[in-house]
Formats: sequence, structure tokens, C-alpha cells
Amino acid sequence: MCLGVPGRVVSVREGFAEVDFWGVRREVCLDIVDEPVAPGDYILNHVGFAIRRIPAEDIAQTLALYETLLAEAPSNDLMVADVRGEISATGKR
Amino acid sequence: MIEEPRAEVALRQLKFRDPDTARRLVRTLERVTKEIGRSPVSVMHVCGSHEQAISKFGLRATFPKDLNVIMGPGCPVCITDMPEVDEGVALARQGCVIASYGDMLRVRGTALSLNDAQAEGATVEVVYSATQAVELAREMPDREVVFFATGFETTAVATAAIVRSELPKNFSVLSAHKYIPPAMEIVAEMPETRVEGFLAAGHAATITGWGIFEPFVERHRIPVVVAGFEPLDILAGLARLVELVRDETPTVVNMFPRCVTKEGNLRAQEELWSVFRPIGGRWRGIAHVPKGNLRLRDEWAHVDARRRFTIDLAALWDGVPPALAADCVCGDIMSGISTPTDCKLFGRECVPDAPVGACMVSSEGACRIWHQYGGHPNLEAL
Ligand code: SF4
Repeated sequence: MCLGVPGRVVSVREGFAEVDFWGVRREVCLDIVDEPVAPGDYILNHVGFAIRRIPAEDIAQTLALYETLLAEAPSNDLMVADVRGEISATGKR
Repeated sequence: MIEEPRAEVALRQLKFRDPDTARRLVRTLERVTKEIGRSPVSVMHVCGSHEQAISKFGLRATFPKDLNVIMGPGCPVCITDMPEVDEGVALARQGCVIASYGDMLRVRGTALSLNDAQAEGATVEVVYSATQAVELAREMPDREVVFFATGFETTAVATAAIVRSELPKNFSVLSAHKYIPPAMEIVAEMPETRVEGFLAAGHAATITGWGIFEPFVERHRIPVVVAGFEPLDILAGLARLVELVRDETPTVVNMFPRCVTKEGNLRAQEELWSVFRPIGGRWRGIAHVPKGNLRLRDEWAHVDARRRFTIDLAALWDGVPPALAADCVCGDIMSGISTPTDCKLFGRECVPDAPVGACMVSSEGACRIWHQYGGHPNLEAL
């Protein structure tokens, strides 16, 4: 539950961002993010809130783990389930 | 035939993004642990996601045999105390709708779990976030909806943001949120555990900043390394940690700068502490942790389920816990004294489908994680 999941900001409006998580578009609250975000930025989402804007140079490294996990076939894997849960925690558009 | 060292076997079998770096880190771990010259050298991480990654990627097979990497109290569901679950169960039985994270439903309080209450006719709903609990309250305007909130500071921040937003009148929060730094103090002082270094969880530190560990290091003279969640992040964090142990250099090192800064996310901290205050309380199976529980401040009494309702616990406390639960050693596991395989119920009477203790319920519980991946994987089987 503390893992969080990174996603790419598509658009921003009134305290919310539309964020793309590997093709799934969801709404993430920007109330507690540490820096202003703009389309194209990557944020770390935790239970529906952006908690960090990921520095541009670190994005590839940050995404690698999740790509490994999400490449796995849907299963009852704990870590994969937690990551999918994090995506489900965001708002529906 | 010359026997291949087990770390080599592991490295060959496990898929690393960068096998050369992995090999170098494993060698460093091996060499530095040997240089310390004591056995075992015990270090502790305090995060379910770290344990998931260690077990899923089979990292323990690459650790030197003299290095003991323990999972501490890093599972918020596991350390939610029985009376806290009882409060949720009592409110559900009193007619409130309880909304909570999925794993919470299966954790038993003194007598019952929220699932049991649901089977009796109470309304219990699974949500993935505080926001979804608020939506639920909007959809059920004639019911009282209580968000049973668990999780460490990372998750508590989200609850805080919700509490400060515009809320429907029928929504309130039952906070079982926990704050990790004080629990590290308690574990550091446990004589049986003898932790020589801590691997701190990257995403909690994203909020609090790594600076928060400086007073801890000062007091206990134990090094802390903040690490991320990739297999390589974890190996790098551990390698740095054993170096600090070897050099007897109690200091904080941030190995996860892509998410963690010294001051952390100040805006999130402001939200957190404007809504919550830390109070002492028991962590299930471990100890009383001063300042370890997060409760709503007085200004938010109108959103606090504990103030809004009279919670009748007495009726629940007549229930006798089942005999098996007495054998559960969850608390010892989270204090670093035992491992899941030390428990005689592990994988027998206690399995994910019929968990006896909280550590087998949560996806972040050590028993559940070891049950899925094996804590010490058999590399032959990979
Ligand atoms: S295996 Fe089950 S009973 Fe044993 S310590 Fe783990 S959760 Fe408790």
C-alpha cells in the first residue's frame, strides 16, 4: 500500500490532473504534490494523490520496476495486485 | 566438482535490469559483511513493499549467510491493534456503513472481523482511497459512512487532504493511521532484536524527508539508509548500510534521491500535521509506541468517528478469541525475533484463504509474502 505508482500527466485543471498509467487514464488530486505539474510531467500517485513530481532525468529508472511488474500476465501476484490497486485508487474521469 | 557460490547461482537465475551492477553490489555485500566479522549482522527494513520486492525477486538468495535482513513493523494492516478493529466492527454493528481498504476486512479484532460483521448483516464496503469513501457517503445520504483509515504517513496525508476538503455531513473518519519513525525507536531498543541498521522506506520518506531520521541516528547510534523498491535499489541500499555498520558511522544516507529530499514534501507535511496529532498506543503484537498513532486534532472533532459516536466495545469483548490465535507469532516476526517459517501454523492451519493472524491477511504482511514467494527461495525450482 505504500508502493505508489508513477504516471504521465496529460492535462491539468483546478487541482486535478488527468494522468496516463500505461494506457489507463485516471484523475489524480494535486492538493499535496510538492511542485507545480504540467502536461508531460511524471508524478508518483499514492491512493489518488500525487505525492511527488518525478525529476525528468529519473523517469526511466522509476518506470522500470513497474514495467517489469505490469508486463506479467494478470495473476494473483501480490506486488502486481498492489500496483493495480494504486491505479484503481485514482478518480474515474 | 566445485560448488558454485549460492549468490552466483542466484544472480544467474534472477533477472536483473542490469546484471553487472547487481553482481557488483552482491560482491560488496558479501565482502563488507565478512569485514564486519560478526554473525549474524542484522539489519531491518520497515516496509511491506521492500519485503515484497526482496521475496518476489528472490534477493535473500543473494545475501551473504551472515547478513540477516529482517522485515520490521512495516505492514499497517498487521499492526492495527485489535481494539481498533473492534471499534470498526462495533460501528458497523451500530448501523454505520464502514468503508475501508480491502485487507482490513479480513483482520480479526478481539472477536470478529469486519467481514464477520458483514456476514451478520452490517454494511461494509471496500474502497481504494479516502476519496472513494467520500463518494460513497454522497451516494448514501441517509446513512452514516465511516472511513476506517489505515496506513502510514504516506497514506495518512491523503486522508488529511480529504478531511480538509468539502465533506458531506454523513461522512466521518475512524483513524488507525500509524507513524513509522517512533516505532523504529522502539524496535531499536529491543534487546532481543539487536538491529544494527535500518533500511527506511522510500515513499514514506518522500513525505517526511530523510532529515527526520537524523535525531534518531543521533540517539541510537544506528545508521539509516533510505532506499527505493527496485531490486537494484534494495541491493544498493543494503550495500551502503553494511558499509556504515562496518565503519561504525551512524549517519543517514539517502540512496533514493529521485523521490526523497532532506526536507521532504513540506506541503504534504503541513496537511498531515494540521489534521492529525501523534498519540501513544499499542501496535498489535509489538509494544506501546509513544507517538505512534495518528488521531484527528480537536478542530476536526466533527469528522472524527470516535467523537461523533459512542462506540460500544464491551459487547465485543465477551467473544473469546479462537485457540489457534494464541500460537500466532506475528508480533515477534515484526519485532525481528522470529521469521514466518518459525511459526508452526505457517502454511498449515494458517494460509491466505484462511488466515489466523494479520500477517497472513495483508499483501504487505511477512507471512503472506513468504507464503506467496517463499522468503528463502529454492533456486533449483526457479
Ligand atoms: S503464519 Fe499465521 S499464525 Fe503464524 S505468525 Fe504468521 S499470521 Fe500468525
